[in-house]
Amino acid sequence: MIERIAATQRAEADDNPLRDPQDRRLPRIAGPCSLVIFGVTGDLSRKKLMPAVYDLANRGLLPPGFSLVGFARRDWAHQDFAQVVHDAVKEYSRTEFREEVWNQLAEGFRFVPGHFSDDAAFEKLRETIEELDEVRGTGGNHAFYLSIPPRFFPDVVDQLKEHCLSDSQGDAWRRVVVEKPFGRDLASARELNDIVSQVFPPESVFRIDHYLGKETVQNILAFRFANSMFEPVWNSNFVDHVQITMAEDIGIGGRAGYYDGIGAARDVIQNHLLQLLALVAMEDPISFDARSLRIEKQKVLASVQLPDDLASHTARGQYAPGWAGGVKVGGYLQEEDIPDSSTTETYAAIRLEVGTRRWGGVPFYLRTGKRLGRRVTEVAVMFRRAPHLPFTHTQTEDLGHNALVMRIQPDEGLTLRFGGKVPGTAMEIRDVTMDFAYGGAFVESSPEAYERLILDVLLGDPPLFPQHEEVELSWQILDPIIDFWAAHGKPEQYPSGTWGPATADEMLACDGRTWRRP
Amino acid sequence: MNIDLTETNASAVAGALVRARRSAGSPAMGMVLTLVVVTDEAGRYDALKAATTVSAEHPSRILGVIRRSARGAARLDASVKIGNNTSGEVVLLRASGELVHHTESAVLPLLLPDSPVVVWWPDHAPDDLASDPIGRLAQRRISDSATARGKRGALMEQALHYAPGNTDLAWTRLTPWRALLAAALDQHPVRVGGATVAAERGNPSADLMAAWLAVRLGVDVNRRGTRGPGITEVRLETRHGDIAVSRPSGRSATFTIPGEADRPVALKRRDAAELMAEELRRLDEDDVFAEVMRAFARTGGDSDGSMAAVRRQRTPAGANGRRRRNTTAGGKDSQA
Repeated sequence: MIERIAATQRAEADDNPLRDPQDRRLPRIAGPCSLVIFGVTGDLSRKKLMPAVYDLANRGLLPPGFSLVGFARRDWAHQDFAQVVHDAVKEYSRTEFREEVWNQLAEGFRFVPGHFSDDAAFEKLRETIEELDEVRGTGGNHAFYLSIPPRFFPDVVDQLKEHCLSDSQGDAWRRVVVEKPFGRDLASARELNDIVSQVFPPESVFRIDHYLGKETVQNILAFRFANSMFEPVWNSNFVDHVQITMAEDIGIGGRAGYYDGIGAARDVIQNHLLQLLALVAMEDPISFDARSLRIEKQKVLASVQLPDDLASHTARGQYAPGWAGGVKVGGYLQEEDIPDSSTTETYAAIRLEVGTRRWGGVPFYLRTGKRLGRRVTEVAVMFRRAPHLPFTHTQTEDLGHNALVMRIQPDEGLTLRFGGKVPGTAMEIRDVTMDFAYGGAFVESSPEAYERLILDVLLGDPPLFPQHEEVELSWQILDPIIDFWAAHGKPEQYPSGTWGPATADEMLACDGRTWRRP
Repeated sequence: MNIDLTETNASAVAGALVRARRSAGSPAMGMVLTLVVVTDEAGRYDALKAATTVSAEHPSRILGVIRRSARGAARLDASVKIGNNTSGEVVLLRASGELVHHTESAVLPLLLPDSPVVVWWPDHAPDDLASDPIGRLAQRRISDSATARGKRGALMEQALHYAPGNTDLAWTRLTPWRALLAAALDQHPVRVGGATVAAERGNPSADLMAAWLAVRLGVDVNRRGTRGPGITEVRLETRHGDIAVSRPSGRSATFTIPGEADRPVALKRRDAAELMAEELRRLDEDDVFAEVMRAFARTGGDSDGSMAAVRRQRTPAGANGRRRRNTTAGGKDSQA
């Protein structure tokens, strides 16, 4: 017999004796639940959500009995839906395809055909969910993923309420997941929030910014707050300016309906770049729980200041026909379904300042665009030059600013740029770089952003999802700029495959700086 | 790039590493640890293959140490490999002659500065990992009782000589099982009155599972012999009925909790690379493993290493008589 050890004190009914805070091997498996995806036929759902669900199952992180319900305007039976998921998983999943995992997962697939305004369809959805509770043991826990354009949110949310799908009973939970964009300005963001918050309490609303995976956020936080050597220089005494870039090499693809009238600033700066700014500029949180992180991020966003002269400190552009990466491509105005008169910007650059003691006088330059030189997301912290150089001017002619670059995509890591002597008898100093890469993709490492997001939703673990206050603060920053642009003519054209319009370069030139080539 | 060196020494190997890096254009390596793999010619291929796969997640300098015949003159041969689909460096050291007793002298100069050192014995680990000359160099020492000769005995030796920083892949293999059982109790927070572990005989993972359940739940754990492969069932008895995870085939399993229909779950037997990737994610002491090993060591130090005191039960006798017979196509190996 194996000894009884401290039996009584451990076997308390309310905490699980098999869990131990020391036991860090044990992953958290979500409790029994289902995920209901609205707009399940969309690209995002096929390319990201379905493969992520499979990958989670493959890694053993989904609860036994996990079920996936699709809702869309298709005349499908459950099997047709399963086939669609099967194809999507085969094509896009990150981990190997295993028949037994698939079979286990596929038993929980259900499909509900219908419109968002169709009462019968939602009644059917409710029956489906109740059937799952019974057959699959999902226990009344359901997450609704709204992978649909925001204009349909009110319909769907109202229907969920109407058909009692949003009420949770007892310990069971109901959660709703919404994708960016969270509105198109402050007013619409508030409106959207009102609609959702009437039906779901704030802690049940998960706003997903898939650009900013949890892994990335945690990497930035670990880098900043786990080390002692960077924090002392992380302020206006040493930092000259910060450049935050998210560049895409592709055009808008088939997303004309979504993109036209939204543009680069709303699409990327409002959520992604401002979140990055907050993470880079924030003070250390008192702990890493959701609330403390949010407080610090909100402080930064609330202290952001806009330049007085928006004309010279912002820039926008539209991609024109040209050669991008060796391929001849058309311009934005030639894209299908884009009117010739469109003033939607595909490139946006803005200068912001953070009004705190740490950052006073340090400009943060944010830029994003489509059809730029290459696909890259990075934060570059550019340091001041040394106050005195004991070298002649010619010796340091090639020496630039020291820089610390946090690469976020595609090859996550860090680059440190500093001066080194060129080999040879002459004293000649030039910039060199030192690279660090976060681990490559393998068995269980670097889980795709969506896997982390979905798992967090199912676990009810919201630390890194922005809350409504952050969304509002971001719109408060961006609204005046968007209004200014709307009142002042058209975006400038820039050739596809280049690093944006000339006005963007002028915007930095007037501060005596240049954009880094990422 | 490959560089082969015969009748060499550690500093020549270190020189070759620098040359290989230069010729690859001095790429950023960012290696996070040194992984020493102590093996033999027969196990070399599989072990190094697993190690290089793991290296993609934990970029590392891999030092393969192969002890050849102890007869003849002391001699060190080495081959250095950089690039070729590995994200790190691989050095294979072959020792023969008197050197086989002093391989640590060839390993020490090749450890990466500062970063952690992990030693992995994929097949035959010494009884006392922490006082092994190479084991002493490392923070983390990984054995695999399932592949060792005289399996049950091997785990008992590890338990008796346990030192902080030791782990065993027989324990790593249990993680998905333990996760499922913990999740079951998350869902059903009810007192467990008894437990049964059914497994192939002599399976070290089953021993650890039984010890873990006994330690955590404070109950007697019954054992039942089956034809495997590995662990085939874990059953927890509660007053609402049994919680069970059973995997008769070694691939997919059935998950049973009281009051709900049985559900299939994927419970794959993981390969060495996946197990090592899990191991390398944490390099501090595994406190739970330490506790489990201590409990296991207390259960039986008899000469044959079997746990005579653990009640064995061959007849199906579950609390509610629902236990199924395990008729399986048994696998040869004895992993969990």
